[in-house]
Amino acid sequence: MTWDQILVTISGFFLIALIIKFFWMKPKNSQPNIAVTDGIQKQLIIVKGGYTPDTISVQKDIPVRLTFRREENASCSEMVVLPDFEKSEKLPEGKEINIDFTPSQTGEFEFTCQMGMYRGKLLVSA
Amino acid sequence: MLHAHHHKNEVSPSISSVRLGLKGMGCASCVATIEEALLAQKGIHTASVNFAASTVEIGFDSDIVSVSAIRQVIKEAGYSAVESRDDSEESLQKEEAEKLAEYQTLMKKFWLAGAISIPNVLLMYPQLIPGLNEFMPPESLERQIVWMIQGVLTTFVLFWSGSQFFTGMWAALKHRSANMHTLISVGVSAAYLYSIVATLFPHIFPKEAAAEPFWDVTTVVIALVVLGLAMESKAKGKTSEAIKKLIGIQAKTARVIRGGTQKEIPVEEVLVDDIVLVRPGEKIPVDGIVTEGASSVDESMITGEPIPAEKSVGDEVIGATINKNGTFYFRATKVGKDTALANIIRLVQQAQGSKAPIQRIVDQVAAFFVPTVMILSLLAFMGWYNFGPEPRFIFAIISLVTTLIIACPCALGLATPTSLTVGIGKGAENGILIRSGDALQKAEKINAIILDKTGTITEGKPALTDITVMPDFEDNEVLKLAASLEALSEHPLAEAVVEGAKQADLSLVPAHDVKAVTGHGISGTVEGRNVLIGTSKFLSEQGVAVDGLIDIAEIYTPKGKTPILIAIDGKAAAVFAVADKVKADSKEAIAQLHRMGLEVFMITGDNKVTAEAIAKEVGVDHVLAEVLPEQKAHEVQKLQSRGKVVAMVGDGINDAPALAAADIGLAIGSGTDVAIEAADITLIKGSLKGVVTAMDISRATMRNVKQNLLGAFGYNVLGIPVAMGVLYPFFGILLSPIIAGGAMAFSSVTVVSNANRLRFYKPKGAKS
Repeated sequence: MTWDQILVTISGFFLIALIIKFFWMKPKNSQPNIAVTDGIQKQLIIVKGGYTPDTISVQKDIPVRLTFRREENASCSEMVVLPDFEKSEKLPEGKEINIDFTPSQTGEFEFTCQMGMYRGKLLVSA
Repeated sequence: MLHAHHHKNEVSPSISSVRLGLKGMGCASCVATIEEALLAQKGIHTASVNFAASTVEIGFDSDIVSVSAIRQVIKEAGYSAVESRDDSEESLQKEEAEKLAEYQTLMKKFWLAGAISIPNVLLMYPQLIPGLNEFMPPESLERQIVWMIQGVLTTFVLFWSGSQFFTGMWAALKHRSANMHTLISVGVSAAYLYSIVATLFPHIFPKEAAAEPFWDVTTVVIALVVLGLAMESKAKGKTSEAIKKLIGIQAKTARVIRGGTQKEIPVEEVLVDDIVLVRPGEKIPVDGIVTEGASSVDESMITGEPIPAEKSVGDEVIGATINKNGTFYFRATKVGKDTALANIIRLVQQAQGSKAPIQRIVDQVAAFFVPTVMILSLLAFMGWYNFGPEPRFIFAIISLVTTLIIACPCALGLATPTSLTVGIGKGAENGILIRSGDALQKAEKINAIILDKTGTITEGKPALTDITVMPDFEDNEVLKLAASLEALSEHPLAEAVVEGAKQADLSLVPAHDVKAVTGHGISGTVEGRNVLIGTSKFLSEQGVAVDGLIDIAEIYTPKGKTPILIAIDGKAAAVFAVADKVKADSKEAIAQLHRMGLEVFMITGDNKVTAEAIAKEVGVDHVLAEVLPEQKAHEVQKLQSRGKVVAMVGDGINDAPALAAADIGLAIGSGTDVAIEAADITLIKGSLKGVVTAMDISRATMRNVKQNLLGAFGYNVLGIPVAMGVLYPFFGILLSPIIAGGAMAFSSVTVVSNANRLRFYKPKGAKS
């Protein structure tokens, strides 16, 4: 191996390690439960390249209202699906869309765009 | 002649209710503000705000205040009332406009990238153009200057035509995730950066590398991918054609009778209990029940049934269907968001957005896909650089770019949802509401189907099927006399006789001295003749010789029919047979279900004899007779425990537990009650043919989904290794990034187009 090959190989594996670390080893952020106002757990979620915030912690048996606001026109994110709650809504750009439901079980529930590229998590605790 | 003032007394004290959506409610205290403001208005009796749902229910006197006045009150209180009507039409228009704008922008970006691609490609092969090679020989300053000019033009393409790839990548990176945009931007950026170095410092590459910039690759890939996105966006618009049609057919205005006069008002202001006039050719604005007049109505847009339905007093009419020839009045029963059409639209949209379980695999792959491709592209680069032939660096960079470009996560992501959208929409067009992707996927796996007898295979109400008269009597004469007498009875069988006379176009005459003996029969005088109708016991008690009639009656009983004996002037006259008639197309539908490879069961509470008779008539091979309503669900489970995947077809109310117990519950609804909770699939039209179509659509859609998934997975699984160069050692093949760009764009367009093929689906047995 010549020096340039060694250099390319080392940088290559370094980049691979970086990709794995960056995309797959995200720190688990434990967030406090969202606040309850007027008996509803409300959270605004911005849809732009992903969901912000993408992890939402709520309490069981208290109504949840997730308000989605899509701030991009990429067609990938034009719909949000909560398969476990049988909810799906179209998200017109710039419009706030409410999704209301009451989680009756604890656990981790995903919400995604229709094609599964954007992902968010709903953590339901007792 | 129909007169509007006929209805004056029917629309008594004008207490109406309306539900409006509210906007601008920030806190719970707004509830009180709005309610107080409304109750202060004369004519409003009740107002109740639902804070969570942002709606208000208002009870008011429509003679004193109008809906628009109520809206004004809410506005003055500092809030706004939105249409109680579904705002689907408005949001659809907005969405269409957005889609169009997106398409136009993409096409502009494509034209720029395409225009600059032409010189970029030509200048990469100067030997093809006479004189060009002489003007700019290899390694000349002229050639370097041309490359620099190309570089400047390419920079425009990259940062304008390709801008969404960078913004998309950046937005995703902030969430530590990657998508198609990441792959395209990293791929074209690598080609672009290499080209800059090759243009400015050609000599840093070893001589044999013959450094040439990839300006052509950069612009052509952007042009192709952007064109692909534009075509995809167009094609995706078509997938929701069915729902757009449904949204578009809503009526705009209604002619209501208020205060004795006729008024044309916007359809959203029609209130429950309003009397609405519909003239020939007009659209029926909301759901209701006919109160006067008759007509035939084209309901095909809702039920999928091409033959117009006859409507007369007491019949249900559905909003958005079209009145053909008569004029009639109806009382509105469901308005705004409660109409059948609004419910259908909501259900279909909800279903189209749902996920089929099959997509879970895709979701799992999607999470790892893009980073994996990035890793593979790096491995390809390292492989070529360390072990490849010269010029190693050029091969390495080509394989890196090609691998990044060819991978298409979009094709995977689009595969299931696009087919589902078309399939569920197609169902709605044929009067079949499929609740979710889950239901659709399960319906495909069904191998046994249980049909409830009453109301599903049969009409669900008794009808006069046979008349046998004794010598000296004539069919129509007996029927006329009997029906004239039965018209005064409340017995369900009597209704069948009266209906039979109506169908034979016989006009009834008054009956006198009517005496009914509950459970036995009825007697009276019609046109001066003494008429007795009832059981053999009833007739013989009145001194009639019934032996001949009993013989005839005994022919009907084993066929599952109920005989009614008739005597006129003390003489045995005729036997009528009444039965719950089999629907006209039940037999054909059952034959089709058999042909589809399904085992067909009939379930009923009837006794074995009657059940077997019907089963034989329609060709059902298995009969579950004498089953009490509450045992139906148990029968479903029994079949399931034998390993069958069971569909249950019944009405949504009595059969709800059985529908829920089955793997797939199909509710045969009729008319406006479409939101049947227990059902996975609702058939708006009562025909069993709908079951065949529902099964068939599910199968066709799932076949389409599988084709798409296979295509998308196959494409990536084959394309990525080829792009990395696995074929090179054996066949000397290494793909050009330009071909990769074309393939990538083509793959996602293909997936959407394949889904769109479902639009041309025709239900089995339908005549086109």
